[in-house]
Amino acid sequence: MSRVRMSPLTLWLSLLGALVLAVVPLPEAAEGLRPPFVTMVVIYWTLFWPRLCGPLTAFIAGIALDILYGSLLGQHALALVVVSWLTLRFHLQIRNFPLWQITVAALLLMAFDAFLVFWADGIAGNPTGGFARWSQVAAGGVAWFPAMAFLDNLRLRAENRKKRFA
Amino acid sequence: MALSTPDSEPRLFSGTGAGVRLVVLVTVAIVLMVLDHRNQHLVQIRGLLGAALYPVQEAVDAPFGAVDWARDSLATRDTLVVENARMRAELLEQSGRLQRMAALEAENARMRALLESSADVGDDLLISEIVAVDMDRLRHRVVLNRGSANGAEAGQALIDARGVVGQVTRDRGTSAEALLITDPDNAVPVEIVRNGLRTIAVGTGDLERLSLPYMARNADVKAGDLLVSSGLGGKFPAGYPVATVIDVRGDSGEPFLSVSARPTAQLDRVREVLLVKPRAQPPEPPPAAPPADPPKAPVKPVVKPAAGAAPAPQGTPAPQAPSSPQALSAPQASPAPQAIPAPQATPEPPATPPTPSPTATGTAAESAPAAAPPAAPAAAPPTGDGAPAPEATPASPAPPPAPAGERSE
Repeated sequence: MSRVRMSPLTLWLSLLGALVLAVVPLPEAAEGLRPPFVTMVVIYWTLFWPRLCGPLTAFIAGIALDILYGSLLGQHALALVVVSWLTLRFHLQIRNFPLWQITVAALLLMAFDAFLVFWADGIAGNPTGGFARWSQVAAGGVAWFPAMAFLDNLRLRAENRKKRFA
Repeated sequence: MALSTPDSEPRLFSGTGAGVRLVVLVTVAIVLMVLDHRNQHLVQIRGLLGAALYPVQEAVDAPFGAVDWARDSLATRDTLVVENARMRAELLEQSGRLQRMAALEAENARMRALLESSADVGDDLLISEIVAVDMDRLRHRVVLNRGSANGAEAGQALIDARGVVGQVTRDRGTSAEALLITDPDNAVPVEIVRNGLRTIAVGTGDLERLSLPYMARNADVKAGDLLVSSGLGGKFPAGYPVATVIDVRGDSGEPFLSVSARPTAQLDRVREVLLVKPRAQPPEPPPAAPPADPPKAPVKPVVKPAAGAAPAPQGTPAPQAPSSPQALSAPQASPAPQAIPAPQATPEPPATPPTPSPTATGTAAESAPAAAPPAAPAAAPPTGDGAPAPEATPASPAPPPAPAGERSE
């Protein structure tokens, strides 16, 4: 059973969806409320499918995000790799937490991700922005529960499909 | 449930091996960042990846395009008739104005020939659409649906119906990235229409505001002044409206006025833009100008190298945006991405800013900030009356602080 490998299709499709959501135009005022979708999806899959999703996946997603945002190439990739590694390191513990603690852990990871991006911006001499960066993290915390429910749904479907055929 | 899933077992090496992967990937990321930041080595890679990801952006844009399409195709006849009538009226008015344009252009060319300055050639326009995607929140960037495949090039200026919008920074084949004039990294060389005073308008990160940081305290500027692009630096073609001054404040103790201006283009609403493609060669250069200048340098020393050395008149950014995708690296890596870069700046050891251009005599006196500090070269050179053209100025000293488009990328 544990030898069965999940098809990564679900993972990549959800990452693609997160990338799309990350660039959907929002009004200026709502910009601070856009959760960091890609970070959330990477954290989720690293938690629950650590064999498929890890730093390498995070790196690819980060590069894609850098291209889409036009930011420094490698900036989001660096942040996501580190966050993904941290998640991987602690995924066995975090997975067993009650939901609210998982949310808190995810919130911390997202904050760390935002901090790394912020840091890279500062070093590169780009505008580091103000409040929106951090309010997005808060929005991510709020959106974590529904996002997790949605991704759980996807994951269980994929796993059940696999079991049926296995 | 979760724990019994096939892929939930930890990898054997999730403890240590993952650490190695982490180090490798982090190193790669940092190397990429340094390369991208420092040397613009990654232009090609960025172009490729950008082209690969363009479908994502197109997918995001599709619903907005569909709305546009629906509005066009579901419009009632009455709406169309009304719109048509309005456009007809507009067209009539515009062509009425254009009638005099030919005569004025010819007259202008003759005058310039008399002044021995190079001609202001016309521009070609290419229509493009802004793809409706958000990019970096703090930077004002947009994606265009035209790339080198459609004739767009990095370095071209973007305008809408009312003024300058920005400039193309990265070409991605079938799409391109552009920087709006309000991006904090962008600077547009401008001049005040009323008196020809030149300065630089720098983006603030606010879509409604540009700032003019290099105006000396005694500079002649007031709210309501229209700023047009001066054409210095070669990135933005001369003569397009950029912004209107809305506020001038001089705090005592500050060496410069703090001046803000509102862009004339509708940066937050615009969807269709024009890419301005300067004609590479002046169609018929005013006969006198180019040949005459090399030998005698009585009038404007600074203009010579531009007209003499390079055929390109420096109203046009020709040298910056030669062509082709890989030319992309050229403008950005080129020595002077500064506000007053290229053509005329390079060949000449900078004339000192205060050198009065000979045409500027009495008329400019009031607009001449007497002792402009070195940081304000653009504000400093007193200019002659109204329009003695960008070329006439000692434009050379590239101002160190001025970030012209895409300084740190």
